[in-house]
Amino acid sequence: MTEHFEPEIAHSNNAARLEFRNVSMTFPDGTEALKEVSFSVAAGEFVTIVGPSGCGKSTLLRVASGLTTHSNGECMSDRKSLGYVFQDATLLPWRTVQRNVELNAELQGVPEAERRERARQAIDLVGLTGNEKKYPKQLSGGMKMRTSLARSLVMKPSVFMFDEPFGALDEISRERLQDELLRIFDHEGFAGLFITHSVPEAVFLSTRVLCMSARPGRIIADFSIPWEYPRQHDIRYSPEFAEMCGKVSESLREAHA
Amino acid sequence: MSTQTKLLKTYAPPLATFGAFIGVWYAVHYFILSENRKFIVPPPHAVIDNSFLNGIARSELAEGLVNTGRIALFGFLIASVLALFGSVLMAGNRMIERALFPYAVALQTVPILALVPLFSVWFGPTRTARIVTCVLVAIFPILTSFLFGLKSVDSGHQDLFTLNNVSRTTRFRKLLFPAALPSIFTGLRIGAGLCVIGALVADFFFSRGDLGLGRLLNNYAKRLEYEKLFGGVILASALGVAIYILIGWIANRSLRDWHESEARSA
Ligand SMILES: Nc1ncnc2c1ncn2[C@@H]1O[C@H](COP(=O)(O)OP(=O)(O)O)[C@@H](O)[C@H]1O
Ligand SMILES: [Mg+2]
Repeated sequence: MTEHFEPEIAHSNNAARLEFRNVSMTFPDGTEALKEVSFSVAAGEFVTIVGPSGCGKSTLLRVASGLTTHSNGECMSDRKSLGYVFQDATLLPWRTVQRNVELNAELQGVPEAERRERARQAIDLVGLTGNEKKYPKQLSGGMKMRTSLARSLVMKPSVFMFDEPFGALDEISRERLQDELLRIFDHEGFAGLFITHSVPEAVFLSTRVLCMSARPGRIIADFSIPWEYPRQHDIRYSPEFAEMCGKVSESLREAHA
Repeated sequence: MSTQTKLLKTYAPPLATFGAFIGVWYAVHYFILSENRKFIVPPPHAVIDNSFLNGIARSELAEGLVNTGRIALFGFLIASVLALFGSVLMAGNRMIERALFPYAVALQTVPILALVPLFSVWFGPTRTARIVTCVLVAIFPILTSFLFGLKSVDSGHQDLFTLNNVSRTTRFRKLLFPAALPSIFTGLRIGAGLCVIGALVADFFFSRGDLGLGRLLNNYAKRLEYEKLFGGVILASALGVAIYILIGWIANRSLRDWHESEARSA
């Protein structure tokens, strides 16, 4: 098991900021979570993985971020500059919004004045200005998720991973946060790896949608989504959007029939 | 709601309970006990007269309170610090936890009081013997609460810190300790009460050394000085309550902004 590629392989795929090559992962109890997963994400790409719950999506992100080690294959990613948004907002309840947003920067030793300023910008970017002094328990689900996004944005990650971040939100907050995430993506140009079980969410956000099979997770289909960024929120109502969602759903249905 | 009604709503219920308690106390003395048994429950005013307004009893009780309070406080501090070290060690290392935790649990069931005569043999009727008793009575419940807090940290928060490659000390200072704080205060509250018990009991066993409330209670009981006995009991209870309130106040200061247990009612 090696963390890095042989030089010629790395060279052949220069722009990739995250790459999986035949990555398999088996838990100590024998649960096979991932099987020979291969894909890569380049700067400016937003790749979303869709699959039913329990198929190994979170495991894939944990492997990609280094939280879990894989059993086989090769996984390369830029872990020095990595953003990770969890399924729950994982805010520290004893810190205010401001101090939560500063956390990653603080833990990585960014001087106080600078991280203040960066946090201020990130809070502005996610539309939370005016809420800096609030504690997490005073926030709605959507505001918590915005805070969590801002916390990762502060470090200007080159690879940004999201594990079903909007799964717990109502439809309205969810679409609004999708719109904002796209705006931020357009602005920051990171390499995005997003996990969801919602097909429209995947199609709306991504440059590419990968479908995952039931456990052990494998990539079973790969769709390119052609629309330019910035995407307007109303492309969700267009016939092409519905058609694309249909294709993705169809391939998931076949895999899980 | 006006401040006055708010104050009334806060303080009226406990005051009413207190009033009822005093009422029952008087009732027991005047209406329930037969004439020749009234002395076993002296009425409140007699207790105050004979223990708190009587010069000799007052200085005796004050001395006992100071000595016992000092032992309880020292014992409490030592037990808390040791429990903190112990729980941090155990939370940080599974082998140490496996080696020690079963004994921490088992020792809670040992009647520490049975060991007090042994301590007096080893250390003499000294403050050391009393503090050791206090520490042993209080440390295990404190330790268990601390450890519970340190080990119940949300795994998502742990991952967040892992992704930032933090050192163990940073993880402790910025995650484990604040996350465990509510449980730590629970442990401290339990420990505070136990330390007062420990100090009193140790004192009960020693007829030499510093005069403490425990020995006074014992003496008053033997001499059938029930007014003074009640006074001593009140002081001992007040000591426990005072430490408890102090910790409650600190807990409230540190947790009220974010933890449900201390949330300010709107
Ligand atoms: N620590 C673990 N030990 C054993 N099995 C696990 C562990 N974590 C997750 N699993 C199993 O691995 C599979 C994939 O989990 P996960 O990646 O969380 O799925 P998803 O995020 O797609 O819902 C699930 O069947 C889950 O039960
Ligand atoms: Mg998951």
